[in-house]
Amino acid sequence: MDKDKRNINYNIYVESKVPKTRAWPSLIKAFILGGTICAIGQGLFDMYTHFFPSLSESEVSTCMLMTIIFITCLLTGIGVYDVIGAWGGAGSVIPITGFSNSISSPAIEFKKEGIIYGICVKMFTIAGPVIVCGVVGSIICGFIGYFM
Amino acid sequence: MQTYKLKNKVYILDGFSMVGPLEGKGPLKDYFDYVIQDDTLKEKTFEKSERKLLYDLIINAVDKARLKISDIDFFIGGDLLNQIVSSSYTARELNLPFIGLYSACANMTESLAISSIFVDNKIADNIVSATCTHFSSAERQYRFPLELGNQRPPTAQWTITGGGACIVSKTPSKIRIEAVTFGKVIDYGISDVNNMGAAMAPAACDTIKTHLENTKHKVSDYDMILTGDLGKLGSEILIDLMEHENIILGQNYSDCGCMIYDKTERVFMGGSGAGCSASVLNSYVLYKMKKGDFKRVLMVSTGALMSTTTSQQGDTIPGIAHAVELVYESNSTEKENKTNSNKANNGNKKTSKSVSNSSKHRKTSTIKRRLA
Repeated sequence: MDKDKRNINYNIYVESKVPKTRAWPSLIKAFILGGTICAIGQGLFDMYTHFFPSLSESEVSTCMLMTIIFITCLLTGIGVYDVIGAWGGAGSVIPITGFSNSISSPAIEFKKEGIIYGICVKMFTIAGPVIVCGVVGSIICGFIGYFM
Repeated sequence: MQTYKLKNKVYILDGFSMVGPLEGKGPLKDYFDYVIQDDTLKEKTFEKSERKLLYDLIINAVDKARLKISDIDFFIGGDLLNQIVSSSYTARELNLPFIGLYSACANMTESLAISSIFVDNKIADNIVSATCTHFSSAERQYRFPLELGNQRPPTAQWTITGGGACIVSKTPSKIRIEAVTFGKVIDYGISDVNNMGAAMAPAACDTIKTHLENTKHKVSDYDMILTGDLGKLGSEILIDLMEHENIILGQNYSDCGCMIYDKTERVFMGGSGAGCSASVLNSYVLYKMKKGDFKRVLMVSTGALMSTTTSQQGDTIPGIAHAVELVYESNSTEKENKTNSNKANNGNKKTSKSVSNSSKHRKTSTIKRRLA
């Protein structure tokens, strides 16, 4: 039997042995966690609107995001957020908390390699692709929007 | 030939194992010589912690075997960090001739095999063979930052914090190395870095099969056949692959990765890393062999030889496995006692560092002193 055929057969066999992630428990956990994070965000939004009536809606939303990002960084720093993320999966990744965690965790991790080569270089190893995709996506959408 | 049968009698004088807090709660907790409570080992970086771990392992293994560092001829070992820095930096501190190896998680048996050939051919009298891994430094190098809140796939394994060191010597003891088999690098086209067990299982299968053929042994001749870190899925695959070769692995087969953690821990398929087989070999296996519960053991550490660059470029993962056959030697007890008592007397005259095997308290206090 030639190698390619053997490898294909082996890969098919391994695939059949691999335990599958159960979708429903993961989805429910992600829904609960993501929903909780969004509810906290909405709570903060309402609180800021109530206590600072002079702020415009966009300013309130900025304050709310800043608070959420700060809390996530703090939880990442004290080693709580990775536990939350491992439990809730996409529920913790999709809101802005996931983005905040993906920047603060390499910053903490690579601090030992120095400020420039450690923190500054490694900070965007995980969030970098998100930023690049976001910028490229918005350029494409901008073009489409301009000519439509 | 792939299998080398030792012409002279080569022994494992003693071994020392150390593991991290999580492994120290596992089913083998009573067998480990020392459980670290603080996995930083009071060092500033995890790479430094790994180095310290390896240094402590070697110093304590030498102590436990009632030898001095000056009695050791070579340090043969490796680790998982890039450019095997932990081993090289440890060798710098030890001031011993150093032979650095890399076959990923198969380091322990590779270093044992090479050490035994050295002793067999009278190139050296005592060799320390050691390896270790640290969960946090391995995560930094191979995967994501520790604090990143990500989920692992169900096939993932958990790199253990820990390792083992043993003294390969011509001085008789109860554990003799009989034959070693160096494995071939085998790649069955698995490219998922989160499924190392499946990538390494074919290599383990080939090495075990070759070893059995060359030594003319049957699976039933062994009290235990132990693979390094295939994990739950990898060992199931190995059993299937061996069955395909008409070799049935029975109750006497186990995997170090499956043994080291409790089922309740969130470690998915089990432990991995060079330290996995090293710590199990130097604790559970050597203990059982010293007691005579195991008369013949085949230790097969398995390694996945990829790097982060090759896997990002989409290359498949080649696997390797090296086998070492250990046998219990009952008639050596008398000789061993004589030699050991002589050595102990000599040791006590010159230094008070020697550690008594029977006195666990003394042993621990020595280790604590070493660790401080």
